[in-house]
Amino acid sequence: MENRANIVEVRNICKSYQRGEHTITVLNDISFDIARGEFLAIMGPSGSGKSTLLNLIAGIDRADSGSIMVNNEDITGLSETDLAGWRADNVGFIFQFYNLIPVLTAMENVDLPLHLTGLSKKGRQEHVEAALGMVNLIDRMDHYPSQLSGGEQQRVAIARAIVTDPAILVADEPTGDLDRRSAQDILGLMERMNTELGKTIVMVTHDPHAAQSAHLTRHLEKGEFSV
Amino acid sequence: MILWKMIFKNAFRHKLRTALTILAVAIAVLAFGLLRTVISTWYASVEASSATRLITRNAVSLIFPLPLSYYNKIRQVDHVETVSYGSWFGGIYITEENFFANFAVDAETYLDLHPEFVIPGDQREGFLRDRRGFIAGAQLAERFGWEIGDIVTLQGTIYPGNWEFQLQAVYRGRDESVDESQFFFHWEYLNETLEETSPTMADQVGFYLVGVTDPDLAAQVAEEIDAMFENSPAVTITETEESFLLGFISMTEAIIQVIRLVSFVVIAIILAVVANTMAMTTRERTGEYAVLKTLGYSGTQITLLIMGEALVISLCGALLGIVLTYPAASGFRQALKAFFPTFSVEPATILLDLGIGMLVGIVASLVPARQAVRIRIAEGLRRIG
Ligand SMILES: Nc1ncnc2c1ncn2[C@@H]1O[C@H](COP(=O)(O)OP(=O)(O)O)[C@@H](O)[C@H]1O
Ligand SMILES: [Mg+2]
Repeated sequence: MENRANIVEVRNICKSYQRGEHTITVLNDISFDIARGEFLAIMGPSGSGKSTLLNLIAGIDRADSGSIMVNNEDITGLSETDLAGWRADNVGFIFQFYNLIPVLTAMENVDLPLHLTGLSKKGRQEHVEAALGMVNLIDRMDHYPSQLSGGEQQRVAIARAIVTDPAILVADEPTGDLDRRSAQDILGLMERMNTELGKTIVMVTHDPHAAQSAHLTRHLEKGEFSV
Repeated sequence: MILWKMIFKNAFRHKLRTALTILAVAIAVLAFGLLRTVISTWYASVEASSATRLITRNAVSLIFPLPLSYYNKIRQVDHVETVSYGSWFGGIYITEENFFANFAVDAETYLDLHPEFVIPGDQREGFLRDRRGFIAGAQLAERFGWEIGDIVTLQGTIYPGNWEFQLQAVYRGRDESVDESQFFFHWEYLNETLEETSPTMADQVGFYLVGVTDPDLAAQVAEEIDAMFENSPAVTITETEESFLLGFISMTEAIIQVIRLVSFVVIAIILAVVANTMAMTTRERTGEYAVLKTLGYSGTQITLLIMGEALVISLCGALLGIVLTYPAASGFRQALKAFFPTFSVEPATILLDLGIGMLVGIVASLVPARQAVRIRIAEGLRRIG
């Protein structure tokens, strides 16, 4: 299959939740594309379905209907196991609360995704050091998350996200828990990942300042895009 | 592998909670080990003692003898393994103050029926070969300073005259419950002498000792023996070596069943304790498991992580319990010497303790692991923050 210009193609996605008697429609027949190498910000008020949409693109949740092509593969048809392998190969994750494993050092946290690859110990170590070097945390690699500031933890999380060299990075409110300065650091790093490494980035945020770092912003409201 | 580090780190993340859980498991394993040792000790002593030995005597009184001709008849009874016989000799050593029990016995069968007498092999042979030899308990030999080869003279009371014996063997008890103050010599020696001096007393025995194949059959065999001689001139009474023992066994058996039940209740309790700890910790780590799944870790790997943690905790507890079992058992032995002369922990009990540790770890983590694996990633991630 030829490499399409669009890395993500979302078609007619619907997602709703049952809450007691009520059915809450979160995403209502959404279709859109993301170009390869794009840095997209998805904005919208709290509860508008941003995280839900991001999770669908990243293959950690399933839509009720519609199809999602990511990196030339229709992920809506994959089994749980195949989807797990697909995520490991294709997607890097950055969360609002960093979500590092507290019992592992910075280095081990970054090493975590590499254990699912066939890399040798030496190969893994090179990757880990390269990734930590990129976020400028080589000197903190033996520290545990509790010994790092929020901004530093998020940088470790970014290193973890890029260490397997995925095609696409997804970030759910990556600056939501950070002070302005640290937030600026993180956004700068993400821009570098986009420009220098050519990663496609999909970032959910409700902070207009953060959205400015992106090339393109889409607004989600009541389950639909308002362009 | 990095999973190992996570397993151990996770297990000791909540130090107090883990310590308390390990302590609970240790105490339960200790209790289980002691209860099992009580059971095995009880069975060992029942096996060793007279549950398989019956005594057949004259129904009129102990002082009336039975004809030697009963020997072959008793041997024919079903489930009878070994038959021995003997007579109370009642000899006096120098003065009456030196009293000790002395018997004329059919030597080989008598020793066969008393595996609790521990005799060096060559001494046993020496005793069986020497018609005038005798065997003494270690305590008795020590009391009078007898050594192998010494000649000892008993003055007969029931059987008049001076009787000379040579010490050929000294027995020790297999455990502290065995009486080491008795004196046995060959019934043949007594009988041959009687054939010459007072033939009317010859070919008579004071009692038969009957070994049965199975203690459960003892009562039945006893009845059969007594029924056989019901219409003979010498009617018999056959009972277990200690006549109260049968009643005692059935009562104790019930207590033992209760102890056994309690020991399994103990296991159920530790299972609940560890399962509760695992349920708490996995619920707290739902977000972390979701992150691992997001990164591509499989349900099997998550299960191993949780099961490994439970196993670390339950096996630490089991090991601590095992370590505590030995001093506890020896304390038990000191305190209850009279009831448990041989209170020792069997290797099988230790293996069982370890097996329980494994089983508890695995079973306790099944439900939490299943929940952690089943929860959808998006759902698990929402639990953070
Ligand atoms: N598992 C769920 N069960 C019920 N409702 C849910 C569930 N997940 C999300 N929702 C609802 O879906 C809506 C969108 O959620 P979300 O995508 O997290 O919004 P956002 O990230 O834009 O704040 C919210 O109203 C939320 O309460
Ligand atoms: Mg959200």
